Amino acid sequence: MIGAVHRDPIAMRYSAFSVFLNALRGNKGWTPAWRSPVPKNHYDVIIIGGGGHGLATAYYLAKEFGVTNVAVLEKSYIGSGNVGRNTTIIRSNYLLQGNNPFYELSMKLWEGLEQDFNFNAMVSQRGVLNLYHSDAQRDAYTRRGNAMRLHGVDADLLDRNAVRQMLPFLDFDNARFPIQGALMQKRGGTVRHDAVAWGYARGADSRGVDIIQNCEVTGIRRENGRVVGVETSQGFIGCSKLALAAAGNSTTVADMVDMKLPIESHVLQAFVSEGLKPFIDNVVTFGAGHFYVSQSDKGGLVFGGDIDGYNSYAQRGNLATVEHVAEAGVAMIPALSRVRVLRSWGGVMDMSMDGSPIIDRTHIDNLYLNAGWCYGGFKATPASGFCYAHLIAKNEPHETGRAFRLDRFARPDDR
Amino acid sequence: MASLIACPHCGPRPKEEFTVRGDAGITRPAPDAGEDAWYAYVYLRDNPRGRHKEHWHHTSGCRRWLVVERDTMTHTIYTVTDASAEGETA
Repeated sequence: MIGAVHRDPIAMRYSAFSVFLNALRGNKGWTPAWRSPVPKNHYDVIIIGGGGHGLATAYYLAKEFGVTNVAVLEKSYIGSGNVGRNTTIIRSNYLLQGNNPFYELSMKLWEGLEQDFNFNAMVSQRGVLNLYHSDAQRDAYTRRGNAMRLHGVDADLLDRNAVRQMLPFLDFDNARFPIQGALMQKRGGTVRHDAVAWGYARGADSRGVDIIQNCEVTGIRRENGRVVGVETSQGFIGCSKLALAAAGNSTTVADMVDMKLPIESHVLQAFVSEGLKPFIDNVVTFGAGHFYVSQSDKGGLVFGGDIDGYNSYAQRGNLATVEHVAEAGVAMIPALSRVRVLRSWGGVMDMSMDGSPIIDRTHIDNLYLNAGWCYGGFKATPASGFCYAHLIAKNEPHETGRAFRLDRFARPDDR
Repeated sequence: MASLIACPHCGPRPKEEFTVRGDAGITRPAPDAGEDAWYAYVYLRDNPRGRHKEHWHHTSGCRRWLVVERDTMTHTIYTVTDASAEGETA
């Protein structure tokens, strides 16, 4: 299938050499990072949703599992959804058994991602600090840090002085929530989210995957209890297997096959400030409220907080939540009170009933589900794609994603 | 979400006075209704994109439970009624 993509291989393998070579040729050798193909009549696998998870799934299907006759259908353009709307944080500081190895797999994939898909995603392991403000919270973080270490994940418990040396501008003596220390994961950090979408899209495309933008799925056609294809805004497209990866809108798609999900859609807002000189070196989260912040390479502070709290499919939120987030931010870093916010936006989250995602088969044999990412989907992108590709290719869950069953709410004891 | 909710008892009030509980369309099963009914009640949601009925509590006002019908895509509020007028739900 790779032969179907006509490219100058030297010019299109991104490297210092290709930059140099293309410069000598007047930069006329660059071609689009992926094609805009006309949909074929039939694919082995169709993935609904060209977000980070859908694209990563297609990439790993082609690269790791040899399934290349794949289409990714995106109702808008690549990068328009949550993959371009998050606060770009990656971490694997999870406590529970089913979560920790999964997010650590993701972290390991992040660490090798740029070499793997030959794209600069600006993976920056600048460290994630979760502040604690009480003895009880310190104990809880100690427990979490120990659980992480037992899983082979890095974790460091910092006392107040250690945090003060790193982040002297925090409000250590806040009257209500004095900062006592932090749990730090040094390998955590940030990744340029758009580049993740583009890198996966390009990597999948170059292996023969068709990425079809502006192609909204309007119906799922079934015959004899199996999916045979999808109705789209670009006509009917047949498939042998159908994979949903439309988090935020999972219910809308699942409704097409009468599948009711343990999910509500909620809006989560994020913000970026005006550009500032280097100020915050790490990712820092407030332990006394919901607030997290990092500084982008352009200098803007990227931050967010709670979901707005009511069902919403609108990619915009409420001012009351903006105020709440700003208050939490200023409580943690008083200097933020004079920073001006440049932009704010909202993304629609699949809120699952236990805060964990779903990667599983469904009641229909050749229909697969990837959903319920709550507000933690971005950091999971590589592992989600990897485990989902494994599930689709082998019809068997990947070892690491085994806990994310759809029926765990009905039958919690099954393994 | 719209900025104002027209409480049938207090009139139009800022939505910050209200607390959302969630889907008003689900009914609490009988204690012996069985696992499937309880599973559906506790975990499954219609989660519509469009018109949706929810319970909102006028926490900082009359403290009545209300049923608000609104659009989850446009944020338009269509109707607000006292929950007792909706019959038995929970």
